[in-house]
Formats: sequence, C-alpha cells, structure tokens
Amino acid sequence: MKYIDEYRDKGLVRLFAEEIKKISTKHVKLMEVCGGHTMSIQKFGIPDLLPSTVELISGPGCPVCVTSRGYIDQAIAYCRLADVIIATYGDLIRVPGSTSSLEKERALGADIRIVYSVLDALIIARENRSKKVVFLGIGFETTAPGSAAAIIKASMAGLRNFYVYSAHKVMPPAMEALIDEGVQINGYLGPGHVSTITGEKIYYDIPKKYGLGVVISGFEPVDVMQSILMLVQQIESNQPKVEIQYTRVVKPEGNIKAQQMLEEVFEPRDDWWRGLGVLKDSGLKIRENYQAHDAEKMIEVVVEKTIEPKGCICGLILKGIKKPKDCKLFGTVCTPSDPVGSCMVSNEGSCAAFYMYNR
Amino acid sequence: MCLSIPARVDEIEGNSAICTVGNSSYKASLELLTPEEVQVGDYVLIHTGFAIQKLDEVDAMETLKTFNDFKTLNEQMDQEEKDNNTHLI
Repeated sequence: MKYIDEYRDKGLVRLFAEEIKKISTKHVKLMEVCGGHTMSIQKFGIPDLLPSTVELISGPGCPVCVTSRGYIDQAIAYCRLADVIIATYGDLIRVPGSTSSLEKERALGADIRIVYSVLDALIIARENRSKKVVFLGIGFETTAPGSAAAIIKASMAGLRNFYVYSAHKVMPPAMEALIDEGVQINGYLGPGHVSTITGEKIYYDIPKKYGLGVVISGFEPVDVMQSILMLVQQIESNQPKVEIQYTRVVKPEGNIKAQQMLEEVFEPRDDWWRGLGVLKDSGLKIRENYQAHDAEKMIEVVVEKTIEPKGCICGLILKGIKKPKDCKLFGTVCTPSDPVGSCMVSNEGSCAAFYMYNR
Repeated sequence: MCLSIPARVDEIEGNSAICTVGNSSYKASLELLTPEEVQVGDYVLIHTGFAIQKLDEVDAMETLKTFNDFKTLNEQMDQEEKDNNTHLI
C-alpha cells in the first residue's frame, strides 16, 4: 500500500540500525509518548535492533491508560440512567471501573454502542430524539477536533440530545511533568498524529527549558529508526531541537482549521493523569457557549466512590520508571482477556503491547 | 487511539469523501480540512472518520529519495571497504 510498504523496507531498517550503532557513544533513554509508537516498536522488534547504549521507554501516550477510574465510574453511572445511550470508541468498553465496566453494564442491559467515529454518535442522537446520547470523548489532540466538530454540528442543527463527556487531554504538560519529576529521559520521539493537528510549536519549550530534543516521528519501522538516529545525532552533537521526521504528514504549522475548531469548543482545565496526578491545563473542557452539549453540566448523576486496584503499577509504567515485566500481576492475574489495569486493556497500552509481541 | 491510515480519495461529495485503503472503502468527513485542499486522487490521513491531513507527495518522495541516497552511499562505502580491505567508519 502506498505510503506504508516503502517504509517497511528491511534493508533500510538495518542500515539505520548500523548507522545508529556507529555514532552512538552516550547511554541514552529515549521516550515515546504515543500508543501507536508503543505498538509499532514492540511489533517490529525495534529494541533488539538498537545498540546497548540506546534504550527505548514508553510514556503516557495511551489515552485509555491515563484516564482516571473516576471517569469510567461516571460513564457507568450515566449508562445506568434509563434515558441515556452511551456512544463510545471500542477502546473504553473493557476498561475496569471501580466495581464494573461498560462491557458488564451492557450485558446487564445498558444501551452502550461502540462507534468508529463521533459522527456515528450524532446519527444515533438524530435517530433517538427521546434519549440522551452521551459520547465518551477520550483522546489527545488527534481525536479531540472530531469531538469539537461534532459539538459544533449538533449546536448548529439544534440536536439538543447530543452530549460529550470530555476526558480529552493535551500532550505537552505530561511531557514536561515527566522531566520535572526527574524521570531520566534524554530525548522524546514526538507523537506523529498529535503533531499533525498541533504542528511543532507545542514542543518548543522542551529544548528551550529542559535541553531535550523532540523528533516528531512516523509509525513505520523505517520512520521510527530514522527518528531514533536523528535524536542520537542531536544528543551526540549536543544540539537539542524540535525536528520533524514525519514530513509527509506533519506540517510545521499543523492543521490550522482543526486547531481553530478545538479553540472554539474547548478551553484548558487542570486534569488528572494516571501516574502523574493533576497537571495544570492538561485537559480540555467544553466552553460555556457549548455547555448545552456538555454531559458534565447537563446530566446529573451520582457516582460511586473510586477504588484503585491493588498491586497494579500502571502509573509507574506510564512514567517509564517500571516495565510491564516488573509488575507482579503481569501475565498472571492481569492479562488482555482479564485486565486489572488500563495498560493491559487498550492494545496500545505498554502491558498489552508487551504481552502480545514480546512475552 | 491516535492511529490513522493513509487513504486514496476516490470520490468527493460535499463535505465527505469515499476513500480506498488497500481493498477496503471508507467514508471520511472532510470537515477538518479546507475544501479546496483535497482533490480526487489525493491521499489523506483518516482518523476516527475524519480526514485530518493531506499527505504531501513531494515531501514523501523527498524522504524516500533521501533513504535511497543513504542506501546507495552505504553500498558504495561497503564496496570501497571490501576493495581496499579497510574500515572507512
């Protein structure tokens, strides 16, 4: 397939591996902060191709993984209301809440529908005017513009029974928080599709304030290897900066129209991340102008007390401090078919990706 | 979650496009792009039903050319090393 096959060339991957080996002298830890990179790195066995001086660690790049149990509990509370239909991306359905999950609630009769796009949720709202349709808005800057577009459409069409329950988050505060916390990182593989929307400017503070480089990377093995080489070159020459490897998609200015829609509908708010706690201005809240479509404002609900699972070290894994194999639950009590923590649920969570490709 | 796939635009109808990925067809909204930006035959990146960016053929070709130059240079250096029985790097 065009734009995919040519970036899976084994010969090129090997050449990049040789080149990295040639120039790498310092021991470095490079972090990726995108679930797509986590999967790609495990799937193509990239760690095995790198010299012992280059270590890859996974960060908080899986939106399902960083979302709080409290959010799932509130979604479950919504789905228990008789006049509510929940529309959600499939990623969330099996995430454990404190005492239940959306999957379990569906088996008990709740009306929960998996959608591929938020636009499908709009259609459900149009076809079920007597019900409140609550779309579970999770995801980073890549996904949030779709929610914004849907809210604008619903508002213009007077579709008053369409609501979004937003857990949308933005990436830069988490990337900075990790460094502030003292997690050992020497450079970031920048998230390719988040950057498609935002452009490169959101990372400018990272070289400036912290002296770390960011290379915005594509997702095929050739892309990832070239990005690692670019980061190693930056580190070896002591010239940290923001660079784009994924130029076929990411423009320095990003997608301006999508940025304008985000700005129109959402405003920043402090938000909680698994492993990192509350980070200032890291979440996206629906603006007052659109509050008629904000589930948090419009639908009153009683939520059970949040209980975190015992023994699960998802938080430390999301910070790159521990690896999935360091967890006592990994592969025994916690498996993709019966997950305890969120990192094992989503197929782009570190634990699930490691379980699938590397166990 | 942020997974996106490159797809070829086959038809445009108002604000949406019918796109092909491999042998499958998808409908994608063009609302996050400016209308004049996309034409039939272009490749776009689809994420959760929205085209979020047009792929830049010139940049893609440029990257591939760089890759190929890199490959050629490496082959030449390997050959030189073999011929002279030396290590260049």
